[in-house]
Amino acid sequence: MTERYVYMDHSATTAVDRSVLEAMLPFFSEHYGNPNSLHLWGRTARKAVNQAREKVASLIGADASEVIFTGGGSEADNLAIKGAASTRKDKGKHVITTAVEHHAVIDTFKWLEKEGFEVTILPVDEKGMVRIPDLESALRQDTILVSIMYANNEVGTIQPVAEVAKMCSDRGVLFHVDGVQAAGHIPFNVRDLGIDMLTMSAHKMYGPKGVGGLYIRKGVKIDPLVHGGGQERGLRSGTENTAGIIGFGASAELAVKRLADGSIREEIRLRDLLIDSVTSSIEDAYLTGHRTERLPFHASFLIGSLEGESMLLRLDAAGIGASSGSACTSGSLEPSYVLLAMGISHELAHGSLRFSLGKDTSEEDIVYVAENLKKIVSDLRALSPLWKNRG
Amino acid sequence: MYTEKVMELFMNPRNAGRMEDPDGVGEVGNSRCGDIMKIYIKVKDERIEDISFETFGCASAIASSSMVTEMVKGLTLDEALAISNKDVVNALGGLPPQKIHCSLLAEEGIQAAIEDYRSKQKARAEATA
Repeated sequence: MTERYVYMDHSATTAVDRSVLEAMLPFFSEHYGNPNSLHLWGRTARKAVNQAREKVASLIGADASEVIFTGGGSEADNLAIKGAASTRKDKGKHVITTAVEHHAVIDTFKWLEKEGFEVTILPVDEKGMVRIPDLESALRQDTILVSIMYANNEVGTIQPVAEVAKMCSDRGVLFHVDGVQAAGHIPFNVRDLGIDMLTMSAHKMYGPKGVGGLYIRKGVKIDPLVHGGGQERGLRSGTENTAGIIGFGASAELAVKRLADGSIREEIRLRDLLIDSVTSSIEDAYLTGHRTERLPFHASFLIGSLEGESMLLRLDAAGIGASSGSACTSGSLEPSYVLLAMGISHELAHGSLRFSLGKDTSEEDIVYVAENLKKIVSDLRALSPLWKNRG
Repeated sequence: MYTEKVMELFMNPRNAGRMEDPDGVGEVGNSRCGDIMKIYIKVKDERIEDISFETFGCASAIASSSMVTEMVKGLTLDEALAISNKDVVNALGGLPPQKIHCSLLAEEGIQAAIEDYRSKQKARAEATA
């Protein structure tokens, strides 16, 4: 048995907060009505769904009518990208994204390419950031859509979303932002940013899995993926996942509180403590992504001469849950495409580690992780033929 | 995903570490793919008297290295060459399909170390001839 259990994989998913769970529970067996029914049962559910929509909208500074609920972040990305491409295909066939997007975006663009669209994939710098001049030269007369993530899941880097939005709106190009990692963790307002669409996911912000949201700015038209009963303004047919949506609303409410009460400052302090401990106490260990323009809860590293999976399993044995972009954790021989796009060598990319903090992470947890990682790295390096600084 | 045996050897690998003055060294795999296995042997009277390994790679690569070194220790060189990756997989109680290449590295690592030993012997014999 280990001394402690420390979950440091909040980029993968978070625990449903107690307050969120309590908000959801009545909507399984008590208020079980279909929100589309006219009777009391239906009206009760409809009212709660509407309130949830208000809460999610207010988290990002949108109007409730601009938020569509989906079956998760990946579905919202698919809806935004395929829906916009389908609506605008007569205006042009050129679409733009980046080399470091989540699979839900990059694979959707690959699908569009097979459907006859022309795809430009923007490179990133060594911090994982898109360069505005690259976007400027990629934009064409027939460009109809740009999709760039708010913040990267693997390396935490925050993209210059407002600048991209300005450039796109000046040219009348739709701009979609995958905000799955950022929403609820970084304060922002979709109006100030000037973006057209934003993807969110409830389970990355202490809400339930299986529910996401898409902000679609008033006036922006996209085609649906799922046809049927016409729910969600016709953009996502199917009876609403009432309990899930209410959970999403409650998690958005919690996020609004956390964004205002100094929680994020504390998260950044702990994140920086981890980054400083790891990079100063472990030789040949580097931060990946941007040092300051990064998610408040995200610390990612490269550990030289080691492979990620072996570190993850040793960490797991010490009660620490983390993740890696190494080949061995992905089931292929290729390490993370995100790290490779940042110009990191294959050899180093195999040694990637990601720790993502949560709202209940304590300073003791950080110290425990840093101490254990140091020991694990030293034990595994004693086995590594690549580790030169021995003895 | 891993058997208990794999996890046990990964957490407590046997015969781990570099060897001083080995009689043969075999290095297989490459860092680009995320696996390198280096096998050191000491040979006496055509038998593997001592063996150790260094491995850069995932848990199954480390466990396969540990297992193969235990399996061939004390064997004659020809007996050691007859150990296949399937023997290693079986001794580990199985490996996930995408990790079978780790056991192949173990087989190849032993072969490479023995080959290195034999070519050094040959060179020595020719030098004294």
